[in-house]
Amino acid sequence: MTDITDLGIKAIRDGVREGTFSAREVAEAFNANVAGGKELNAFLVETPEHALAAADAADKARAAGEELAPMAGVPIGMKDLFCTEGVATTACSHILEGFVPTYESTVSANLWKAGAGMLGKLNMDQFAMGSSNETSAFGNVISPWRRNDGGNTDLAPGGSSGGSASAVSGRLCPAATGTDTGGSIRQPAAFVGISGIKPTYGRCSRWGVVAFASSLDQAGPMAHDVTDCAIMLQAMAGFDPKDATSLDLPVPDWESALSSDLKGKRVGIPKEYRIDGTPAEINELWDKGAEWLRDAGAEIVEISLPHTKYALPAYYIIAPAEASSNLARYDGVRYGKRELPDGAGLQDMYAATRAEGFGPEVKRRIMIGTYVLSAGFYDAYYTQAQKVRTLIARDFEQAWEQCDMILAPTAPSAAFGLGEKADDPLAMYLNDVFAVPASLAGLPAMSVPGGLDGQGLPLGLQIVGKALDEQSVLNAGLAIEQRAGFTARPDKWW
Amino acid sequence: MSVDSKTVKKIASLARIHMDDAEVEALVPELNNILGWVEQLGEVDVSGVEPMTAVIPNTLRMRDDIVDADPLTAGGVRDKVLANAPVAEHGFFGVPKVIE
Repeated sequence: MTDITDLGIKAIRDGVREGTFSAREVAEAFNANVAGGKELNAFLVETPEHALAAADAADKARAAGEELAPMAGVPIGMKDLFCTEGVATTACSHILEGFVPTYESTVSANLWKAGAGMLGKLNMDQFAMGSSNETSAFGNVISPWRRNDGGNTDLAPGGSSGGSASAVSGRLCPAATGTDTGGSIRQPAAFVGISGIKPTYGRCSRWGVVAFASSLDQAGPMAHDVTDCAIMLQAMAGFDPKDATSLDLPVPDWESALSSDLKGKRVGIPKEYRIDGTPAEINELWDKGAEWLRDAGAEIVEISLPHTKYALPAYYIIAPAEASSNLARYDGVRYGKRELPDGAGLQDMYAATRAEGFGPEVKRRIMIGTYVLSAGFYDAYYTQAQKVRTLIARDFEQAWEQCDMILAPTAPSAAFGLGEKADDPLAMYLNDVFAVPASLAGLPAMSVPGGLDGQGLPLGLQIVGKALDEQSVLNAGLAIEQRAGFTARPDKWW
Repeated sequence: MSVDSKTVKKIASLARIHMDDAEVEALVPELNNILGWVEQLGEVDVSGVEPMTAVIPNTLRMRDDIVDADPLTAGGVRDKVLANAPVAEHGFFGVPKVIE
């Protein structure tokens, strides 16, 4: 019999429905992999009983002849940015240590309603600020992948959803939630050879998701393939009155409408994404991706997104500005850590709590954000960046006159070794160069695995679509998936 | 524009993060490196361009002007709100004495 933990969402869902295996068998198999995967440091908190309870509910419903929920019997991993009632949630920061939410985030609640169970909470970059999972207060996540040079260099799983990436790729869970502010679903998905989609801004409720940069944060699924992403995104998305920016629109049935026939679709190749220093292998894969989409019936057109080079600098003003405001709430009064030096007053307590609680990258971004929002600098930095953001969104609007979606690499490199970029914040920021423009414009964007580089590491291809057109993004992803034939997986060493 | 250690101290104070001199000195070149890089935004011609306020066209919803009009966004959860406070007393958040 096949190993259940090799299966993805659809195979598990269908297998439970058909009685090939019970949901309890599935939960037990993944619980065992989670327990045996500690070397990856992907899970912070393990919740085997949550997964088993959801599984038993699915088995019971099936035995009673009831129609099963869309993800009944599927256990998943939950990024630690999502508040989970009664289960510690820290955003991987010491400042939230001890915080046990008394409420459930809308996205996780939607998933439980859809029948999914939780295997545990997943490690991530602290407050989702990072591209390698090295800013977590609870240690690095290690990618299951190794270079093919025979060495044992520990590789970064990408970030900020590094625990999600590592856990799915290592078969500790069939799928996991991620969040994407400037590439935090897509870049880690690319680094570990899985699929991940960030939907249009507003599709998934931000309620109960620890805030980083509110105008950019979006939740999305990370899973083995495009179909699994469609199923899980459908379960996560939906209007929520508790989020003022939630889109009051019905959730399409993305899974049923999946089609890799791209006849009549035009795919744009943005010339500004050909940047110096991108490894030749990545550009070659990009060309191959265009060929695959042409083979699926699409027409390939060259397009221009003239403000591309300004996206990252604009992002590194806007995101820290919003973060400095959002993270003002961590004051040692309402939740989490409190540092109260002897004789300290209220102001000293704030400053001591925040000095102790926040990690270096979080402090760096709060400092940048505070500076660019401060009197005298607001217009020069923040307003200018928001104007540039308008121009970046306008670039996409104009591109849509010539194409229906855009194909690009997901990241300018394959996974790098832990520690290799940690000393240079700017070099780390540049890893999100291809991911950030779609974030600034609020557009749906997905990464799918395209192939391996010379070191045997996965490379991703990214599809960006029009606002609300997740379907075209998923369809193009499926067309690539069917042609790339990506079956590589990491050897188990842990 | 660049920052010196005095400015970094000022920002740290505004951000309510205690920093010793060594931390401040370490941050000066790091912040200048990042600020020098974002400076390139200045070369973009933004005349007549409005700063972005909403990334996807959306309207802010209004609710009836009634207490707890929508049970999903209603209050009445004081104990839940206080449950994670480092110090909670008599139904309030507890903080050190504030005497000016």
